[in-house]
Amino acid sequence: MSIQTLIAEEQPEHFAFDKASEKEIKKAISKYPEGRQASAVKSLLYIAQKQNDNWIPVKAIEEIAKRLDMAEMRVLEVASFYSMFNLKPVGKYYLQACGTTPCMLRGSDDVMRCIKDKLDISSGETSACGKFSLLEVECLGACVNAPILQVNDDFYEDLDYQATKDLLEALEADSPPDVGSVMGRQGSEAEGGATTLKAAKRSGKKK
Amino acid sequence: MPKLTVDGIEVEVEDGATVLQACEEAGAEIPRFCYHERLSIAGNCRMCLVDMERAPKPVASCAMPAGDGMVISTKSERVKKAREGVMEFLLVNHPLDCPICDQGGECDLQDQAMGYGHDASRYGENKRAVSEKHMGPLIKTVMTRCIHCTRCVRFSTEVAGVADLGAIGRGEGVEITTYLEKTLASELSANVIDLCPVGALTSRPYAFVARPWELNKVESIDVSDAMGANIRIDARGNQVLRVLPRLNEDINEEWISDKARYAIDGLRRQRLDKPYLRGEDGRLHPVSWDDAFAAIAGRMKKTKADKMAAIAGDQIDAEAMFALKSLFEKVGSPHIDCRQDGAKLTAKNRSSYIFNTTIAGIDEADAIVIIGSNPRIEAPVMNARIRRRYLNAQIPIAHIGPELDLTYPVENLGDDMAVLEALASGKHPFAKQLKKAKKPMVIVGMGALRRADGSAVMALCHQLAEGVGMVTADWNGFNVLHHAAARVAGLDLGFVPGKGGKDVQGILSAATKGEMDFVWLLGADELDTDMLAKPFVVYQGHHGDKGAQCADVVLPGAAWAEKDGLYVNFEGRVQMARRAAFPPGDAREDWAILRAFSETINKTLSFDSLNELRKQMVAEVPVFAKLDEIQPAKWAKFGRTAKVKSEPVEAGLDEFYMTSAISRASETMAECYQANQAGKSAIAAE
Ligand code: SF4
Ligand code: FES
Ligand code: FES
Repeated sequence: MSIQTLIAEEQPEHFAFDKASEKEIKKAISKYPEGRQASAVKSLLYIAQKQNDNWIPVKAIEEIAKRLDMAEMRVLEVASFYSMFNLKPVGKYYLQACGTTPCMLRGSDDVMRCIKDKLDISSGETSACGKFSLLEVECLGACVNAPILQVNDDFYEDLDYQATKDLLEALEADSPPDVGSVMGRQGSEAEGGATTLKAAKRSGKKK
Repeated sequence: MPKLTVDGIEVEVEDGATVLQACEEAGAEIPRFCYHERLSIAGNCRMCLVDMERAPKPVASCAMPAGDGMVISTKSERVKKAREGVMEFLLVNHPLDCPICDQGGECDLQDQAMGYGHDASRYGENKRAVSEKHMGPLIKTVMTRCIHCTRCVRFSTEVAGVADLGAIGRGEGVEITTYLEKTLASELSANVIDLCPVGALTSRPYAFVARPWELNKVESIDVSDAMGANIRIDARGNQVLRVLPRLNEDINEEWISDKARYAIDGLRRQRLDKPYLRGEDGRLHPVSWDDAFAAIAGRMKKTKADKMAAIAGDQIDAEAMFALKSLFEKVGSPHIDCRQDGAKLTAKNRSSYIFNTTIAGIDEADAIVIIGSNPRIEAPVMNARIRRRYLNAQIPIAHIGPELDLTYPVENLGDDMAVLEALASGKHPFAKQLKKAKKPMVIVGMGALRRADGSAVMALCHQLAEGVGMVTADWNGFNVLHHAAARVAGLDLGFVPGKGGKDVQGILSAATKGEMDFVWLLGADELDTDMLAKPFVVYQGHHGDKGAQCADVVLPGAAWAEKDGLYVNFEGRVQMARRAAFPPGDAREDWAILRAFSETINKTLSFDSLNELRKQMVAEVPVFAKLDEIQPAKWAKFGRTAKVKSEPVEAGLDEFYMTSAISRASETMAECYQANQAGKSAIAAE
């Protein structure tokens, strides 16, 4: 991946952290001893990405380098190492589809196919409408409810072709459905409902 | 000190040594790509695998500390298989394009594939391809060949101190690049070409020029600055094609500056290859040696000795200066000078004009103050040593002069000479740091010494050195940093005004007033030649630079790579530069020109060969007897106490790439200059 394909061609002229970000930056840096502030580089990259519609412009990398007293190259290295950092703009809904073995066995190929059918994008691409971007990722750590599609910060679980389609349509209408298992299971309880601790009271669904 | 057994041989190594070093100690050769003595250990190529008793699998010897009682085998069947495996993996994505690769014939990968490679690949898939990266005018990249040893990244970060190189992406997607493909902004950048074990980083100016086995190799000395880096000059036929560093732990270790390496294309351009004489029409016309000599002799006969002067340039060998000095002694003129820039150095006391601490001594220094110098461009390789010293010991370093980026933190004390006064009198806070230090150093550059108040600066430096105890039985912390390769030899030879003689400024101002009728420039181009409009000027040298343009007679000389010549580096170390090619056309060695000319004016110099000349030179100036050695100088008083001026202190040089006739003629240096300026204005624009 050359630098040209890695980072966005069109870059904003300026980047400045907003107030909320500044607060988080302070917290992130304070976690590390004096002189070790460079350890906060991932946190700062994450904060920048969060503030800037899910991607990190070059100016933000340079700003972070300045704040942490690091070489710009070192920050770019970190930012390019993790697939979780975007160096190019992504759609409003950033889809990360897991393709690792458990998800694959449970039908992640169908999820991918649905995304392709509906939005005509493959991994690394943004849809024509500009609203969706897709990245195929490795295990998201939620294999029990495989297959998983992460939309921005939220997980949608137990997907199949139809459920993915419904999800995408809801997102298109900007009314995201409840997060979690689309089958409605709680946490990672067995399909068809709990088999033990039945007497325990269910806590309400998240969100 | 751990003792271990390598292939049945017992060896004892230093504490902290690695298994790889122990193996070498035992005479076992360990193949490697990422490991390099002068860089941090990365342990990422896995080529150096060895077997260790009780270890479940082969270990990377470069990253394994040697321990007492280890039993190592470097020759077992398992080691061989493991290395073959590593090699096979390395070659999976390597293009195997040796026939069109400039590294061919001197490639570690090629060599080691002979030992550990298969004859055919088992890999059927497509190889990965990586786009080229822009790294500036010197480094050509073919990144598909890169094996990700990260030597280049570690060099630029650790040694050069410019963290512009890095590895982006991860896993199979890793690529080496500069930050946003900017030019690698270091005066040492091209050393990554030597470090790269494959053909990923090769020399751009030398691309597709020659194969290593066609070249004649000559061990010589670099004269692009005054450090005297040891180099190897590679020539084919009569063309100098490249310069590589030669190991010398006390001077350049194994690095050289980009100018030392790449200014050589200047040897092919704008050369003076015939004698010239300015005709009636005011233009230079080629003439025979005899006519040129006759013209000079005629003019000299008409001129009184007191109206004749000689100025020696910055890249002249000691022999030529000795010959010219002898000639002027015979003629009877005291107006000779080798200090083109007007540095207020005297030739009397050797400790007053050399780098007494020595370059290797920097490794022990524990506080440094730099005055009127930018060591990063005046002696880049030495600057890397200061940087290393800083990294190892965080010593305090201060600087009097303009704000500079020296690749290590420096406290700028301002650009006012009054600061030096305060330092010398012990009033300045930094004086306390120097006093506290056991081995403090002061480095004075030409920016401080070429000023009108240069002698006062010298006196202050002397006072400072004595005041903070810089000079002890085993330490001398007073250092002058020259950037002219010929300067120390010139001072050693006493190529300075004799009794009643004028220095360069005196000569030039006398010339403008019409009081100097005849000036002999021996390779002297760093002068205000407009001031030489009136006198008859002889320019003896190798390039049609400033000096030749104002000359009435031009005598073509050999450049440094075209003759054997002695140079004294700023430490006072005498070294021999050797001939790698012959001078072009009618050009001759400078000493021989002077010897031949002396006959035409019946002042025949008393040597008939270079050897005789050297014998006489050694008899007069004994330092030239010992080659390659440091000859400590006796500490004595120098400088003249006076009030210093308030004008701001400058650095010795403010530009790196085009500082001499050769580097100004070099196209490569011109490109570097432009890239550097572009980089600077990009930063300024932000
Ligand atoms: S470019 Fe050369 S030196 Fe740099 S990582 Fe690649 S192989 Fe190593
Ligand atoms: S494999 Fe998909 S979440 Fe673990
Ligand atoms: S030389 Fe030991 S891992 Fe590269």
